[in-house]
Amino acid sequence: MLPRVLRGGAWRRVALVGDSAPATVGVAIILAWVMLALLAPLIAPYPPNASDLSALAHATPSRTHWLGTDHLGRDLLSRILWGARPVLVIAPLAVLGAAAFGSLLGLVAGYRGGWIGLVITRACDIVLSFPVIILYMIILAHFGSSAWNIIAVLTLTKAPIIARIVRGMTLDLREREYVAAAKMRGESSLYIMLVEILPNARGPLFVDMCLRTGYNVIIIGVLGFLGIGLPPPDPDWGGMVKDTYGMMMVWPHMALVPCAAISSLVVGFNLLAVGLRELGLRD
Amino acid sequence: MARFVAKHVVFLLLTLFVVSFLVFTLNEYSPGAVARKILGAYATQEQVDLLTKQMGLDRPLLVRYVDYVRAAASGDLGQSARFKAPVREILAKHLANTALLASVAFACIVPLSMLLGVAAGMREGSRLDRGILIASTIVASIPEFALGVFLATVFVVWLGWLPGTATLVAGGGWSAAAQLVLPVAVIVLFDAGYVVSMIRASMVEVMQRPYIRTAVLKGLSFRRVVLRHAVRNAMITPITVIMLQINYLVAGVVVVETVFAYPGFGRMMLEAALFKDIALVEAGALVAALLAVVTNLLGDLAYMLLDPRIRA
Amino acid sequence: MTDAPLLDIHGLRVAYATRAGELTVIPGLDLSLHEGAALGLVGESGCGKSTVALAIMRYLGRAGRITAGRIGFDGRDLTTLDEYRLRTIRGRRIAMVYQDPMASLNPVMPVGRQLMEVPIAHDGCDAERARERALAMLREVRLADPEAVMRRYPHQLSGGQQQRIVIAMALIAEPALLIMDEPTTGLDVTVEAAVLELVRDLRRRHRSAVLFISHNLGTVARVCDRVGVMYRGELVEEAAVQEMFSDPRHPYTRGLLECLPTLGRDKQRAPLLPIPGQVEPAAVRGAGCGFASRCSHVELGRCTTGVIRLAPIGASGHRVACVRVDELTRSAPRPSVTASATTTARAAPMIAIHGLSKSYEPRRRFFGAGRAPVRALVDVELEAARRRTLAIVGESGCGKSTLAKILGGIEVAAAGAVTLDGVDIGTLPVDARSRALKRRLQMVFQNPDSTLNPSHTVGYAISRALRRLAGGSRAERAAGVAKLLGVVKLSPEMAARRPRQLSGGEKQRVAIARALAGDPDVVIADEPVSALDVSVQAAIINLLNEIQATRGATLLFISHDLAVVRYLADDVAVMYLGTVAEFGSVERVFAPPHHPYTEALLSAVPVPDPNAGTARIVLDGAVPGADEIPRGCPFATRCPRRVGPICDDTPPPVQRLDGGHRIACHIPAEQLLAAQRPS
Repeated sequence: MLPRVLRGGAWRRVALVGDSAPATVGVAIILAWVMLALLAPLIAPYPPNASDLSALAHATPSRTHWLGTDHLGRDLLSRILWGARPVLVIAPLAVLGAAAFGSLLGLVAGYRGGWIGLVITRACDIVLSFPVIILYMIILAHFGSSAWNIIAVLTLTKAPIIARIVRGMTLDLREREYVAAAKMRGESSLYIMLVEILPNARGPLFVDMCLRTGYNVIIIGVLGFLGIGLPPPDPDWGGMVKDTYGMMMVWPHMALVPCAAISSLVVGFNLLAVGLRELGLRD
Repeated sequence: MARFVAKHVVFLLLTLFVVSFLVFTLNEYSPGAVARKILGAYATQEQVDLLTKQMGLDRPLLVRYVDYVRAAASGDLGQSARFKAPVREILAKHLANTALLASVAFACIVPLSMLLGVAAGMREGSRLDRGILIASTIVASIPEFALGVFLATVFVVWLGWLPGTATLVAGGGWSAAAQLVLPVAVIVLFDAGYVVSMIRASMVEVMQRPYIRTAVLKGLSFRRVVLRHAVRNAMITPITVIMLQINYLVAGVVVVETVFAYPGFGRMMLEAALFKDIALVEAGALVAALLAVVTNLLGDLAYMLLDPRIRA
Repeated sequence: MTDAPLLDIHGLRVAYATRAGELTVIPGLDLSLHEGAALGLVGESGCGKSTVALAIMRYLGRAGRITAGRIGFDGRDLTTLDEYRLRTIRGRRIAMVYQDPMASLNPVMPVGRQLMEVPIAHDGCDAERARERALAMLREVRLADPEAVMRRYPHQLSGGQQQRIVIAMALIAEPALLIMDEPTTGLDVTVEAAVLELVRDLRRRHRSAVLFISHNLGTVARVCDRVGVMYRGELVEEAAVQEMFSDPRHPYTRGLLECLPTLGRDKQRAPLLPIPGQVEPAAVRGAGCGFASRCSHVELGRCTTGVIRLAPIGASGHRVACVRVDELTRSAPRPSVTASATTTARAAPMIAIHGLSKSYEPRRRFFGAGRAPVRALVDVELEAARRRTLAIVGESGCGKSTLAKILGGIEVAAAGAVTLDGVDIGTLPVDARSRALKRRLQMVFQNPDSTLNPSHTVGYAISRALRRLAGGSRAERAAGVAKLLGVVKLSPEMAARRPRQLSGGEKQRVAIARALAGDPDVVIADEPVSALDVSVQAAIINLLNEIQATRGATLLFISHDLAVVRYLADDVAVMYLGTVAEFGSVERVFAPPHHPYTEALLSAVPVPDPNAGTARIVLDGAVPGADEIPRGCPFATRCPRRVGPICDDTPPPVQRLDGGHRIACHIPAEQLLAAQRPS
C-alpha cells in the first residue's frame, strides 16, 4: 500500500507528515541541519581551519568558543557547521545513485528472472553479507579517498539492498493483471519494467531511502574515524573524533561534540523513516 | 537434501575464488607495486626491480594467482610484510580474540532483541511499543564510535568504573572481563537496536494475520496466542538477519576495536590495508568471504527449519 | 427449549475511528436467534454483516468500538464483559468459522495440535483425551484418514479440507452459537455443496444455533431457516427463508432478487435488472432510509426523514423496514424458463481449437524426487462461433485460465491447433503476433483491483491501448478515449481519475473500455464479474451483452458461476481437469442428457429458491492431485455414475449428438437421458 504521502499533491504530501510525531521530529532535525550547513559560511564564528594554540589554555566551552576548541585550537562550532556540508551532499547523492542502480538491477532480476535473475540475486546476497567495512578499507586504501570515491563505494555497497527490495516487489507486481494487459498490447519488457512496475514500487522504496541516508551518514562518520574518509585538514566529523578521542580523559568535549552532531543527524533520518512507515501502514 | 548442500558448496567455492581473485588483482596487478610496497617509497628503482625478479613477481598475474591458490590450499597464506611472521599465525591470534568478543556479544544480542522485539510487536501502539521503538531507533542511530565515546565518558572519565581500553594485555590492573564490558556494551546496544526493530516489524505483521484472530477467538489466553502462535511465525524472516549479524560481529566491529584498542580481526584488516600488508589483506578477505557464505547457508537452513512450507 | 432467545441483539451501534473522525457503520440493529435455529445474514460488500459478527465476538480491532446497544447472550450482556470472561465464552460457547481457511490456520503448526488446543484450554483435558476428541471431530467432518491429517500442516491440505478443519475447531467444544462468516466463498462450487451439506448435518446433530453470513442468497437458502437482508449497516428485511424468496417486500431485497441470474433465466427472455446507482459511503448518511437514493419507489419526505424501523407485517415474523411496504404491490413469481433445444445454423467458427494440450513442469523441490508434470490441458476441442458468446465453465484446476492464456498469447500451446479466423495463434506468443492480430483479440480480467495500474490515470490506460492497437494522432486518441468511456457508460471526466477513486464496477468498465480500444473481433473475459457485488454484476453482464450485440464481436466468457453462464452464453463448454466434459449450445447442455460432472455441477449451484428441491448430488472427496489423475476419465475418482474399471483405464469417447452437442462419457447418451430426466 503506497503511503498516502506519495499519492497526493505536493502540499497535501507535506502536510501529512505532521500526522506522525516521529516523522515531524525527524524532518525538523534534518531541516535544521540543512539550514545550518547552508548558512555555515555566514554564521560560523571562526574559519574552520584556523588554529589558535593559545586557546588551548581554555579549550572547554566558553564565551569565546561556544563549543570549545579541538586539540589544535580550532573552534569546534565552526568545524561542526562546516563539517555538515560534505556529509549532507555525499550521503543523499550516494543514496540516489544506489536507488537508481539498485532499482534497475532489481527490476531486471525480478521481471526477467531465470539465469540473469539468479546471478544478480546471488551477487547481491554476497555483497550484502560481506562486511562492508572490509570492502571500504580495501578499496579506499587502494584508490585513495575523495568525495567521489566515497560516493562510488557507497553506491556499490548499498545498491544490492535496494535491488533486493525492488526485486521482491517486482516478483509480486509482475503477476498483476495490468501487466498481463500490457503484454497483450505488445508492450516491450523495458516499458513494462519502467512504466508499469516501477512506479508502484515507490512506497517502500522511499521509506528505505530515508533509512539508507541515515546509514550513509554513519558510514561517512566511520570512514572518517578510521582514517580513510575525506582527507584533512577540512573538517570531517568522524575525523574529528579520531583525532580527539585519545584525549578523552582530559578533554572529553572534543570527541563528544562531533559524536553528538553525527548522532543527531542520523536520528533525524531514522525517525523520519519510522514515521513514514507508520503513515503507510495506517492507510 | 544432497542437491541443497551441493548447490551451496559450489556457491561457496565460487565466491571464494571470485573474491580472492578480485582482491589479488587489486593489490598485485602491477609487478612493481608489490615490491615497491614492501621496500617503501624511498627505495630506488633498481632495488625494486631486483626484488620483483627475486619474488617472481614479474610473471603473469594468472600464474601468480594460481600459485597463491595452491599455497593457500595447503595452508600457507604467505608472510606478513609488516609483522614479519606467517600470516596464518597472525590471523589465528586475531580471529580468536574476535571470536571471544563476538560470542559474548551474540549471546547478549539474541535473547535481548527477541524479548524486546516480541514485547513491542505484540501490542502495536501500546506505550511499551512506542517506547521500545523510539529507544531502539535512537540507539541504532548512534555510530559505534560515538556510542563508545558516550559510554566511555560516563564510565571511564566520570565514574572511573571501567577501563578505557581493552588491549587484553595483562598487568594493566583490569581483568579481561572488565575490559570487555564496554566494547560488548557498545556492540550490543548498536546492533540490538537494529535487530529489535526488525523483529518488532515482523511481529506486528504477524499479529495482523487471520490465524492470530482464529487463535484469539478460540478463547486462548493472550500469552498463549503470542508464544505459541505468533512468535514462531514472526521469527521466520528475522532469523536470516540474525545469522548475518555474525558477519558484522566478526569484521564489522573494527570501529569498536579501534576505539578500545582491542586486538581483533577487523582492526588487523584495517591496519593491513593502510600499511599495504598485501598477504594479510588477501587472507583476511578470504576469511570474510568464507564467513559470508557460511552464514548465508546457516540462514537458509534456519529458514527451512522454521517454515514447513519451504520444506515441501 | 426455552422461549427466550439465545442471542438477543438490541439497538447495536458500531463505529470506527478514522482520520476524519468517528464513522458509524451500524446505526442500530435488532436481531434475535433462538437455540438451535439458523439465521442467515445477507448483504453486499460493505453492508456491515461481518462487522456484526465481529461485534458479537468483541473483536473489532483497535479502531472499532460498540458505541451503544446490548448483545444479550446466555443471560449476559456481551458488550460489558471483560477480557477474562470473554475468553471463557470464545471458542466454548460461541465459535467462529472464517472466510479464508488457509489464512485462518497457523501455517507452522500441525492442524491436529491446533484442534487439540480448544479442549485443552476450555475443558481442561489432558493431551491424550484432547487427541481422542480431535480425532472424533475429524471423523465427523468426514475427513478421510484422520490420524494422518492430524499431523499435516495447513498448506498440505486442499481448500475444502482446510475449511472442514476450521469447522471442526469451531464445533469441538460444542458451542451454543456458531458464527460462520462467508465460509464457502472462495471454494469451488462442488466443494461448497459438500461443505454446506456437512453444515446442515452437523447442525442437526449438535443443535447449535447458526448465524450464517454470506453475500450469496442461494447459499443461505441451503442452510438457514430465517434470513435477514442488510444494507448499509441496517437490517432492512427479515423473514423465514421461504417467505423471503416468494414474497420479498423491501425494495432492496426485490432489487437483489431481480438482478440475480438464476438457472431459469436467459438474456433473451428476462433481462437482468441492476439496481441503479451505487452504495454510498458510510460517511454520507442522512436521515431516513439508507436505500432512499437508489429506490425506485422513494417518496421524498416520508422515506427521507426520521428513523425507519423494522416493523412486522403479518403474523409469520416477517419484518420489513419500509414505510411504504403496504402500498407496494406484491411481486408476481417469476416464470422460470424450461430448457428447450433449438437448432441454429452454424457459420465458420471464429475460434477453433483441436487437440490442444499443455503441461507444466512443477517447481523442483529441495528434497525428494521431482513431481509429475501437471497436465493443464488435454486434447481440448472447442469452437467459438462468430458473433456468439461461448462460455467456459469449470472449477479450479480445470484449465480454463491456461486456455485463456494460450488464446491471449501469454502462454503457447504444446500440441494441437488453435486458430483465430483461420490464423494459427496457438504457437504464437504475444510478442510474435502482428499488431493486426493483437488488435483482433483482447482480454478482460477478473480482479478489478489489479486490472488497472494504480499509478496511471484512466485516460492514460485507454489512450495507451489505443496507441498500441489502433494508432492515430494524439487528438484522435483523446476523442477515442471519450468515445470508449461512453460505450461503457462512464462520463468523460473519468479520464482524469485514478483507479483508487473508482468503485469495483467502474474499474471493470474501464478495463472493458481498454479491451475495446482496437475494436477487437474476439473478447476474452476471464471471470469478469466474480469479484463484484451482485447488484453491480448485473450491470456489467448487461454491458457485455450489449457490446457483443452491437459490435458483432465474439465473446469468450470464462466463469465458475453457472447461473451467469446460463444467462449470458449461447454455447457452453464444461471443463474438468483439462478436458472438455461437455460442449454444446446452452439449452442443450443445461438440459438432460448431461455429462455426470455437469449434472453434479448443476445440482451444486446454490439457487435462491428453497423450493427448487432438486436432488442434491454431493461429490465425495476433492479434486485429485496431479499424480492421482486416472489414465482414463479424469472424473472417474468422484463420478457418481462410474460404471467400472473402464472409466479408470480408458479415456472416454466423445459422443457427438444433435446440433453440435458433445459429451465425453462411456455411458451412452440415451442411458444418461433416461437416468437424468426429471420424473
